[in-house]
Amino acid sequence: MTPTTNTSSTQSPSAPASSPTATASTVPSVPVSFDKMIVFEDVSKFYGEILGVNRVNLQIAPGITSLVGPNGSGKTTLMNLMTGLLKPTQGRISVLGMSPDEPEAMFQKLGYCSQFDSFPRGATAREFIEFYLRVHGYTKQETADLTNAALERVSLVEAADRKVSAFSKGMRQRVRLAQSIAHNPSVLVLDEPLNGLDPMARAEIIRLFRSLADAGMYLIISSHILHEVDMMSDSVVLLHNGYVVAEGEVHGVRDEIEEHPIQISIRCDRPQTLAARLFEHEYTVEARIHNDRNGLFVKTRRPDDFYLLLNKIITEQNLQVESVAPVDDDLNAVYQYLITSDGGQT
Amino acid sequence: MSSTSEIKEQPAANDVIQPRPRASSWSLWTRQTLAILRLEIKKNFLSRRAFLLYLIAGAPLVLLSLLALFPPPTDEFDNFSQLSQVYAAIYGGLILRTLVFFGCAWVFMNLFRGEVIDRSLHYYFLAPVRRAVLLVGKYLSGLIATIVLFSITTVGSMLILYFWLFPSESARYFAGGAGANQLLTYLGVTILACVGYGAVFLIVGLFFRNPIIPGLLLYGWEWLNFLLPPFLKKISVIHYLQSLVPVPMSEGPFAVLIEPTPAWISVPSLLIFTGVVLFLASRHIRRMEISYAGD
Repeated sequence: MTPTTNTSSTQSPSAPASSPTATASTVPSVPVSFDKMIVFEDVSKFYGEILGVNRVNLQIAPGITSLVGPNGSGKTTLMNLMTGLLKPTQGRISVLGMSPDEPEAMFQKLGYCSQFDSFPRGATAREFIEFYLRVHGYTKQETADLTNAALERVSLVEAADRKVSAFSKGMRQRVRLAQSIAHNPSVLVLDEPLNGLDPMARAEIIRLFRSLADAGMYLIISSHILHEVDMMSDSVVLLHNGYVVAEGEVHGVRDEIEEHPIQISIRCDRPQTLAARLFEHEYTVEARIHNDRNGLFVKTRRPDDFYLLLNKIITEQNLQVESVAPVDDDLNAVYQYLITSDGGQT
Repeated sequence: MSSTSEIKEQPAANDVIQPRPRASSWSLWTRQTLAILRLEIKKNFLSRRAFLLYLIAGAPLVLLSLLALFPPPTDEFDNFSQLSQVYAAIYGGLILRTLVFFGCAWVFMNLFRGEVIDRSLHYYFLAPVRRAVLLVGKYLSGLIATIVLFSITTVGSMLILYFWLFPSESARYFAGGAGANQLLTYLGVTILACVGYGAVFLIVGLFFRNPIIPGLLLYGWEWLNFLLPPFLKKISVIHYLQSLVPVPMSEGPFAVLIEPTPAWISVPSLLIFTGVVLFLASRHIRRMEISYAGD
């Protein structure tokens, strides 16, 4: 099945929670029943007073959907909410029409490869997968067949009878992956599944994900490696500080974010001179002098080029600059993350 | 990953074993409970945590062997008719109130806390199994482990004490039925203790991040039961267990004495109490979240 998402939207993480623009969705062009989607309705999660995620509204269609964002942005919280490991403080989650409060139904169709790098003590890879398949209720023969198939899919057949505790990080990652796909789920949730894998293994695992998605599965993958997200995803959900800041088809989101101007506050003497010089260049979208006339707000779509230009003007004009700070810091951070950090690999 | 290895692509849909068609609920729950039991029993008997349980359960056997080898110069150990009092004191003071209590605390509190500490509970929570079924499976596994070990302790310690000191009298005593009856009654009390304390410690392990303090408070409550007024005495597990032992143990001059609760009330009371505690635990576990941070 091909991805059906075709829209994208961006929003400021600092937007009021009640703002209607807080809703972002990968709504398919053709209306699809909620029973065939993964739906977050106004979902918030607070850990005491600490925000996990806030007012998340998502509708996820089949294909690969990547949750992207820096550490602490809420990716794992969303995945844990979706799988019932966490309960939402408010809102409702539905996975193909099932609630995470109904594990006996939902986990027939959902597999979760979490980031918890832990295994029952002393278990071999085969035993580990078999343990939990038996808990599903499969017979011994079915369990053996499913285990072998899963181990084969992640190329762990030869190491299947070795203790997991002796495995490398990458091999442990693959054991967890095998465990999560062993019962042939239609929804696969993968938290940083490429961590610890060497480049060749990454490429192979990505190919596996692609083949699963092409077979009609829902894959929700968290990552902070943007070029891998680019390579494999049909759609992307961009998270920052617990808010969905952009969401939709992967290239659309990148384009929109790159076009979204960010605002920078500069405290300096002679702000009019600075504004005049800045407007000579296309990077500057808007400039507004501070009320006290000791600085200005500037909007730009190309912050890297803008900062280079600013340095040049300051030197040429011998301006006395007190501070330069992005006003829309959250979005800027995400933007920086997307296009300049190693996350972006650009 | 070796360079020669290759990730296999998704098999065609009709090649794979599809998720089980929904069997009848009871049949599925039974199968799932048995699967959980298998895994948990292995953990309870063979994991590193089991070592402490073996120490606890084995302690009276070693102690009574030493007592039999080197009996103290007191009348009780020279007189066969006094042995039932000696064993009653050992059973009530050491085995029941201390070893079974702490053994159950160790096993049942670790059923969930241990998994949280090992960061492996999520694997169960991500399986298509009702959390109540998981709770029952784990509870039964704890029961099997504690009942097996503490039954051996109860029977072994009584037989060591009797047969080592008075072999011929003991043979007649047990063959005649009176000794066997006592032995079976003690065994029954041990089993009921595992059932009751097991449920209590299972829920303590679910509710408390650090269950040691509530465990010690419970220990104090159970130990000081003989000092409590009649109404409070009955809010304990030990009261009902003591009502069932074949030879009552003297609780000393400060004890508040009340009539033992008859067996037809004690046994159902303990079972109903266990059922209520397990029900509350199953309600709690349905809403339980997994956050290993800080554990």
